[in-house]
Amino acid sequence: MKSEIIEVENKLNTPSKVAKRNGPWKDVWKRLKRSKMAILGLMIIITLMLIALFADYIAPYPYDRQDLMNTFQSPSSENLFGTDEFGRDILSRVIYGSRVSLLVGFIAVGIALVIGGFLGAISGYYGGRVDNLIMRIMDVLLAIPSMLLAISIVAALGPGLTNLMIAVGISSIPTYARTVRAAVMSIKGMEYIEASKVSGSKDIRIIFKHIIPNSLAPVIVQSTLGVAGAILTAAGMSFIGLGIQPPNPEWGAMLSGGRAYIRDYSYMTMFPGIAIMITILALNLLGDGLRDALDPKLKN
Amino acid sequence: MRGENKLLDIKKLKVTYRSDNGPVHAVENLNLELGYGETLGFVGETGAGKTTTAYSIMGLLPSPQAKIESGEITFEGESLLDKKEKELRNIRGRDIAMIFQDPMTSLNPVMTVIEQVEEMISLHKKISKKEVKEQAYQILEKVGIKEERVFDYPHQFSGGMKQRVVIAIALSCDPKLLIADEPTTALDVTIQAQVLELMKKLKDEFGTSMIMITHDLGIVAEICDKVAIMYAGSVVEYADKVSLYTNPSHPYTRGLFNSIPDINKEDTSELKEIKGHPPDPTNPLLGCNFSSRCEYAMEKCKKFKPKEYMLSDSHTVNCFLYDNHTYKGGEPNE
Repeated sequence: MKSEIIEVENKLNTPSKVAKRNGPWKDVWKRLKRSKMAILGLMIIITLMLIALFADYIAPYPYDRQDLMNTFQSPSSENLFGTDEFGRDILSRVIYGSRVSLLVGFIAVGIALVIGGFLGAISGYYGGRVDNLIMRIMDVLLAIPSMLLAISIVAALGPGLTNLMIAVGISSIPTYARTVRAAVMSIKGMEYIEASKVSGSKDIRIIFKHIIPNSLAPVIVQSTLGVAGAILTAAGMSFIGLGIQPPNPEWGAMLSGGRAYIRDYSYMTMFPGIAIMITILALNLLGDGLRDALDPKLKN
Repeated sequence: MRGENKLLDIKKLKVTYRSDNGPVHAVENLNLELGYGETLGFVGETGAGKTTTAYSIMGLLPSPQAKIESGEITFEGESLLDKKEKELRNIRGRDIAMIFQDPMTSLNPVMTVIEQVEEMISLHKKISKKEVKEQAYQILEKVGIKEERVFDYPHQFSGGMKQRVVIAIALSCDPKLLIADEPTTALDVTIQAQVLELMKKLKDEFGTSMIMITHDLGIVAEICDKVAIMYAGSVVEYADKVSLYTNPSHPYTRGLFNSIPDINKEDTSELKEIKGHPPDPTNPLLGCNFSSRCEYAMEKCKKFKPKEYMLSDSHTVNCFLYDNHTYKGGEPNE
């Protein structure tokens, strides 16, 4: 009896851990978990990342090992996805290819996000002439089809992984600038921004401490979907020969290499194509799930 | 009351906003004084220029739309209008703090409440992180936020609790002047009473002067020492609380009092309202701004701006009805 009383007392005295640090992001995670498709997408992406990370251990053969006696082999127990025109194992090449695709996807979005986000935040926060200047430049960039812009940048810089990432990144800057600008403009009018000014905060502090954390939701969604777009653009660039150069494996380049043999050896294009499709699908599922989870109107 | 011990002194302030229909005269010839430790009630209807005045004091008028055309704002003997942005930033929060109308939106939703208090303290005090945290705890405790709640986010708080946090933030650097812009409008009546009680208590404890912007004459009676009644951009009556409530002199002030329902009155006839609307601020009247609605309006009211007449040491009124009284020293308002 007595021990029970003590227990209850202890319970009353210890602050409730449940309520502690139950931040808004935890709620988002809770809502995200409810969507099975989003979790599926997330799991696929994590698996892909692990595959890319441990490609050296997973891949059965080196990606550039040629076996000229065994070209154009159909899928078998030895070469699960078959071999290409040089007798290279397609499974190994798809596995190594995930490295390039994910790298290009995330880094290109990273570039676009940092530059576009900065420009968008500045123009949204200050408005007026600065806003006009930045956004008109963005409009000019938007007017050029992003693929064409990426092609011309690569043509100027020369093909290669780094230049590919830069090209894809630059061509998607305007999208992020617009998204961040819109988010910043809606948050700029909130009273807590005014309250922060009244407290004597500098502009830069207000932008980084108050506005950016509050405008993350649409940006996160845009980025997840943007990674998918960037991977596709990169694959497209490799397909026309402006991306990754042989013998490095890249899904788009593999598609491009296999297209000559599509009638007789369709698996050569099928497997890299499926890899692209699954990645994009997973990212889109996650992006959609995040959009729902971050939408405050759906809060319950 | 008109001694040298003034914390804040506003003289002939004139603020206009730019608009497509020409300049909007938001504040015109506003005079205001506030001594140390005093609470001033700032009463007027929506659009009378109360908030514009508050923002002028803080130096936060939206630029370039709003402009201070003329006038002086002196805080502790120094002109605020001559200060550079950097100096103003140091004054904001440390010397002059402000509480906003709606506690629901004046806290950052992605920061815990203690972080927000800490931010304010660390902006203005050069002390270690640990001391900042300690002070944040203390001030939150003072406004009645329990220790186990300080790591919560604003969305986990009720409106009254949020306003307590806002008050804690405002008072955390021990400001000399607190501007409260309708701090209780968004709260229900019982919480209003609690928050007012808290503000009154803390104000006395910290010795802070306060400007309380409100529509509510009840709140004024509750916590203010002096009252300024504002109409269409200028102060029409300025008095200590007792003389204002016993002897409301400006026709507008009387109109305000007449439009408060009286629970003790048997008479259930309709409330007496002030007929008409305030003048269009883009097109101000030539004479007294209230002359278009005033039942005592005379010929000269339509042509000239009334001067500031002294009814007593602590009671001035801008109305020609009191022409037989002495004017306040200095040149009359034209």
